[in-house]
Amino acid sequence: MNYQFDWNLVLSGQYGQWIVEGLVTTLQISLVSIGFTMLLGTIIAVMRMSKFKPFEWFSFAFVEFFRNTPLLIQIFFWYFGSYSILPDSVNTWLYDHDFEFAAGVISLTFYTAAFIAEEIRAGINSIPKNQLEASRATGLSFMQAYRFVILPQAFRIIIPPLISQSLNLIKNSSLVMTIGVMDLTYMARQVESYSFHGFEAFTVATLIYLAISLIVSFSINMYNKHYLIQIKY
Amino acid sequence: MQWDVVWNNFDYFLWGAFPNGPLGGLAVSIILAVLGIFGAFWIGLAAGLMRLSRNKLVKLTAVFYIEVIRGIPLLMLIFWFYFLVPIIFGSPLPEFHCALIAFIVFTGAYIAEIVKAGVTALPSGQMEAARGSGLSHYQAMRFVILPQALRNMIPSFVNQFVSLTKDTSLAYIIGVNELTRTATQVNNRTLSAPTEIFIAIAVLYFIICYVLTYTSRRMEKHLARYQARDR
Repeated sequence: MNYQFDWNLVLSGQYGQWIVEGLVTTLQISLVSIGFTMLLGTIIAVMRMSKFKPFEWFSFAFVEFFRNTPLLIQIFFWYFGSYSILPDSVNTWLYDHDFEFAAGVISLTFYTAAFIAEEIRAGINSIPKNQLEASRATGLSFMQAYRFVILPQAFRIIIPPLISQSLNLIKNSSLVMTIGVMDLTYMARQVESYSFHGFEAFTVATLIYLAISLIVSFSINMYNKHYLIQIKY
Repeated sequence: MQWDVVWNNFDYFLWGAFPNGPLGGLAVSIILAVLGIFGAFWIGLAAGLMRLSRNKLVKLTAVFYIEVIRGIPLLMLIFWFYFLVPIIFGSPLPEFHCALIAFIVFTGAYIAEIVKAGVTALPSGQMEAARGSGLSHYQAMRFVILPQALRNMIPSFVNQFVSLTKDTSLAYIIGVNELTRTATQVNNRTLSAPTEIFIAIAVLYFIICYVLTYTSRRMEKHLARYQARDR
């Protein structure tokens, strides 16, 4: 093994700056997607629980389709294939702005929303029915029962899986490098091809991803310890 | 819509140029997934049991492996094997092997968590009763705990297999000729029907994954009836 380690090369100067830019892009695309995912996931979950059949079927199909196809194919679909199904005005707007970034956000959002919708539904379903009946019997209206009794308990249960799905989204965001979004993985790869110091570049990128994961899972554990009051039935 | 582009290349999507050339397409994806889950099962079983060991060093090794692998994206792991194995061993591995090793190491960490959860989910009375009837710890594990625990884990293994099938699409990035790569090849050659091609490929993946997900849900319901429980 005749390989000269040169950590300074990757950590400073042009290459170091690329890595930092990559990290910023990864965080940007992840945070934007997490925001949209929460919104879409909640909508899909509510539709799934509604009594109106077409809503229920639609959200069932949405969840099953997006959960059971690879994210990479979804990214390629939005990037290469969305042109012919979107209206012209949307396409023009997208091409004027950052199309790669937008395609990445759309695919990450749809993919993760399918997972999140199931978590939210499971959380609300896990609150026993007699909680609702009891709160109705004590004189609360339906909305009040949801607002003050069901949802506060459901949120406690839903938050840890939501955080861990967000972490999955951050890790999955490494796939957007395939359509040319310059995220952390893309930049590590670029440093590798410019300098032939792949070992250092990939080590730094791996450690950054690992640090993000550890911080997030540590915070979930803290949350579980302090706020997740186990309800015994 | 130009679905004829999809139909004309459909056999290429399914098995590549097979009789006249190398195997490719969906066949390679499935081979990768099956070999991957087979290897990952043994690594995951070992790591999961090590995770439960009372020996600190053994336990910490397993925790380190599981947490590191679960903390990084699969793509990063594939790059490690692809770019760094040549540096360490001097000669590059074929892409197929790189991808397969990455899948085994990656999925092994997730299987280890399933194994750990499956073993701890059994009532502790099972272990105590087995030890009480004169079996050694190893025998109790081998003949009492694992047969029950592994049976309860089957649905989770199937789910993990579904994830792995989806993850095999990442082998495209280092140049393995599997389903996603055949799709991009046809797309680059024809340039006229990206929407149709990627919808068709998504549907192919969907059929496999949905059938497996559905089976695992059925099994879960079926197995729940025969589970040993705490009283």
